[in-house]
Amino acid sequence: MRKLLQELRDASLTAISCAAGIDELENLRVKYLGKKGELTAILKQMGGLSEQERPVIGQLANEVRELLSGSIDSRREELAAKQLEARLGAEKIDVTLPGKIVNIGKKHPLNTVLDEAKEIFIGMGFTIAEGPEIEYENYNFTKLNTPEGHPARDRQDTFYFTDDDSLLLRTQTSPVQVRVMETQSLPIRVISPGRVYRKDEVDATHSPMFHQIEGLVVDKGITLGDLKGTLNTLVKRLYGENTVTRFRPHHFPFTEPSCEVDVQCFECGGKGCRVCKGEGWIELLGAGMVHPKVLEGCGIDSSVYSGFAFGIGLERMTMRRFNISDLRLIYENDVRFLNQF
Amino acid sequence: MKLSREWLGEFTDIKATDKQFSDALTLSGSKVEGWEIIGEEITGVVVGKVLKIVRHENSDHMWVCTVDLGKDAPVTIVTGAQNISKDDLVPVAVDGSTLPGGITIHTGALRGVESQGMLCSLKELGLDIHDYPYAIENGIFILQEPCKTGDDIKAVLGLNDSVIEFEITSNRPDCLSVIGLARESAATFGTELSLHKPHVSGGAGDISDFLQVEIEDSKLCPRYTAKMVKNIKIAPSPAWMRRRLRASGVRPINNIVDITNYVMLEYGQPMHAFDYSCVKGGKIVVRRAVEGEVLKTLDDKDRAISPEMLVIADAHDPIGLAGVMGGGNSEITEKTNTIVFESANFNGTSVRKTAIALGMRTDASGRFEKGLDPMNTVPAAERACELIELLGAGEVLDGVIDIVAASPKEFRLPLEPGRINALLGTDLDRYFMVKVLEKLDFTMDGNMICVPSFRSDIEHYADIAEEVGRFYGYDKIEPTIFSGTTTRGGFSPKQKFEREISSVCRGMGYFEVMTYSFGSKTAWDKIHLPEKSPLRKAFVIQNPLGEDTSVMRTTALPSMLDVLATNLAKRNMDVKLFELATIYLPADGKELADEQMILTLGAFGKDSGFFELKGCIEALFAALRIKNVRFEAVSDNPSYHPGRYAKIMSGGTVLGVMGQTHPAVADEYGLSVGVYTAELALSAMISCVSAEPTYKPLPRFPAMTRDIAVVCDSSVTAAALTDTMYEAGGDYLENVRLFDVYTGTGIPEGKRSVAFSLTIRAKDQTLTDEHSDEIVKSILTKLEKTHGAVIR
Repeated sequence: MRKLLQELRDASLTAISCAAGIDELENLRVKYLGKKGELTAILKQMGGLSEQERPVIGQLANEVRELLSGSIDSRREELAAKQLEARLGAEKIDVTLPGKIVNIGKKHPLNTVLDEAKEIFIGMGFTIAEGPEIEYENYNFTKLNTPEGHPARDRQDTFYFTDDDSLLLRTQTSPVQVRVMETQSLPIRVISPGRVYRKDEVDATHSPMFHQIEGLVVDKGITLGDLKGTLNTLVKRLYGENTVTRFRPHHFPFTEPSCEVDVQCFECGGKGCRVCKGEGWIELLGAGMVHPKVLEGCGIDSSVYSGFAFGIGLERMTMRRFNISDLRLIYENDVRFLNQF
Repeated sequence: MKLSREWLGEFTDIKATDKQFSDALTLSGSKVEGWEIIGEEITGVVVGKVLKIVRHENSDHMWVCTVDLGKDAPVTIVTGAQNISKDDLVPVAVDGSTLPGGITIHTGALRGVESQGMLCSLKELGLDIHDYPYAIENGIFILQEPCKTGDDIKAVLGLNDSVIEFEITSNRPDCLSVIGLARESAATFGTELSLHKPHVSGGAGDISDFLQVEIEDSKLCPRYTAKMVKNIKIAPSPAWMRRRLRASGVRPINNIVDITNYVMLEYGQPMHAFDYSCVKGGKIVVRRAVEGEVLKTLDDKDRAISPEMLVIADAHDPIGLAGVMGGGNSEITEKTNTIVFESANFNGTSVRKTAIALGMRTDASGRFEKGLDPMNTVPAAERACELIELLGAGEVLDGVIDIVAASPKEFRLPLEPGRINALLGTDLDRYFMVKVLEKLDFTMDGNMICVPSFRSDIEHYADIAEEVGRFYGYDKIEPTIFSGTTTRGGFSPKQKFEREISSVCRGMGYFEVMTYSFGSKTAWDKIHLPEKSPLRKAFVIQNPLGEDTSVMRTTALPSMLDVLATNLAKRNMDVKLFELATIYLPADGKELADEQMILTLGAFGKDSGFFELKGCIEALFAALRIKNVRFEAVSDNPSYHPGRYAKIMSGGTVLGVMGQTHPAVADEYGLSVGVYTAELALSAMISCVSAEPTYKPLPRFPAMTRDIAVVCDSSVTAAALTDTMYEAGGDYLENVRLFDVYTGTGIPEGKRSVAFSLTIRAKDQTLTDEHSDEIVKSILTKLEKTHGAVIR
């Protein structure tokens, strides 16, 4: 019997290692280890063995069973790995074929830049104020320290709706600041982005309608230094940490002191080139300390509170950001243009 | 304002280079736009003396000249000019010299004769006849300036100046003058400012024997100063004056005109000269024009003037338009013997309005409109007379007529160093502030600042803070981040809603566009807006740029159709666009507009159709949590296809409309393709947003699906069938999805087959097939009873 078992072991091991597929392997398992298999058949003869021989042969038979079952398992794993490999090989695709097209729209470039600016200011604790575009003269001019007879009020510069010039298309988003100062509690930190209108013929750099982002901070102890710090933050966030700014005195009716802020030319680094028209600097925005008269006009005590305000032209910022050469492209809305941003 | 540095040097001595000068002035508030070095391109051009002229052997019009350049050996130069004679002093561009326009002169042969350079005309030196009236235009510039052979022509002609161009802000008309900028420059560089007091000898009689001046409107003319000069001799003004005028961008004309311009540039006070013989009655009246009067101005145009305009008149008629331009009837001519110099102060707004009304803004009106210093009229008039004497251009009469109709008040305010430092964020001492102010010709009276008359812009401590700040240097002020109360930033719910809309639309392939808020009334006709539509009531701009931008839009549809048309015209074949567009509706009892935001969607091309657009709108509403949305077939909007148009409702609220653009409307825009648009009102959408969801347990029992197809009249809408099914299915019917609509073979005329997939589920048990069948059966029964729909 020992010999029979050894023969069975040798023969079956050979057969298992030669099995070419999982099905064949299963057949071998049945053939050797199944209920009616060869091993069982041998074991059935154990009844004729002596008391001494029986445990010895029994142990041997178990060893053979385990050996066979182990080798069947390992052969199965081997075959399964081979099979998977073959399948993966057959499933190879050309990954450079185009993806299935999913059309996605884009933000208008003006809004891309506007949203970025909004997020920067929100991070600094600002809220976003809105106001009417068709506005009272009083809010657009008088309350902003722009007296009667000021050239900005001329009919060749401002669009009017009424004979008495009392109703107009706002020429700046500053009237929103007045509305905020009149109605909101202090301190104030708002930006007011929006459409503004001036009577300029359409050309590569002008449009009768354009967008401004104005900002306003009113609190106790606000200084020109704070204005510089805030605008430096904005400019660095928009144009990069290494951006160099220059604050130079200027004049606006509703701020005093006033300034304009230039950034050092990105193209030439300040040496002077075509982009900056040889000046080395590019004008970016206007700003200043809110004129105490304006504060008082809105019912804010200028001996306790001070503030700063600033205004940036969104179109100019966007054109610079994306190197757009002609403002008309922005309002033409050709999808080939819109798709670039 | 163009400033000659040579001229500036008369008032203050600044050693800086042009760049240093420009940078410093820009930072102290006088922004430099650029600068130009006069004669920069001219090198190597010297004075030569013509020693000998002989005819060119191979030419009948050219000459061969021997020219002494002050060196050992004279040079030979060939010229085609016919105006030179022996011993003439001429500009010679020698070998290697350069001229304006990037020209370099080299020795070369002209018809076989070597020419060692070129004799120059005015034009070749970048000059013209106005600079040197004694020269001729088409010929060599024969020099009459004091000079000798070998002198550099730039020194001889004063071509060694720099011109700095400033952008002067509207509050600083005093800086539209050499003296004003000299004051700023001296304060910037800490140099001495030396102003000059005009000295006039006079002695030609007394002005009061000849002229009377009367101001009728003191508001429009606070001050009028006049001086007189007789026996004038019209001639070109001297080279130094012409050069300074030219550098300032003013063309030299003759000595009298040049003097008025010179004084305007130097003092910032516009001047005018009348021919005294044309001042009838020896009387000048400053008055408003009389209705119907006409004045021929110096530019030879007849101007219809009206009573809101101020004129300078003689005893009878206007002879000048105050602050704008003189009259042709009193113009200085060759025959003029006696002149009246006018140096007046006019109301800025009035001058500006007159200039605009007549479409003639002049250098003078541009200055007056900013509001000039009334104290400047007398010194300017004196200066003009001083120049008359200096140039020998006439004899000045003694005395001055100076009518002060409204006397200016001296303005004073206290110096408050604490408030100034608080505003600037600095810690400057009072002494520094006083020094800055004194440099700018402010004076101190104890603690009070006396503001000079030319600084009418100063009226507040904040103005003083700016003066202190700009001479301390904005660049030296430490940037700080404001402290104080913390505020909470963020978007408002409405702003978040807009951002969400934009993001969903983009995700569905729609590009954002931005269009003008105004348009033309013709747009209403183009979209077939009914004559009686309330949308034809709009805010109309009284002074538009043109008709096409004259009406504030009351509908955003034309803007969208315009953009779609632009894209089709550019052969963009598949286009999907959206805009968050404001419309401006007149509101009853309100002066301001009701400004509403509308979401417009527009599409054409291969993925566009009614149901594609509807699907996007449904997806948008789902994303925005707008529920119970119904699309109702209506045909009351002529902008849309009557059979492919829906009003979109949620409950009783109209969210907007959508559909295919009426082919006739599409035609109006040149849109030859099927165009689909939607107009949705943001305020309505916001009002229909359902509350934020709370978590509901996921279903524990499986759902059953049953597909059914029913045949019914074609007029029964899918929405009606679906509504009925939900009604019949009760809580069990979780979802109904239409998956097929069929007409044709096997379906009777006027009927259609509609197929639905039903999802049925119970909350508390697994449904049996029998139970599911019962539910479907009750649904079918209800469909038949309500709509006559029978199972197919």
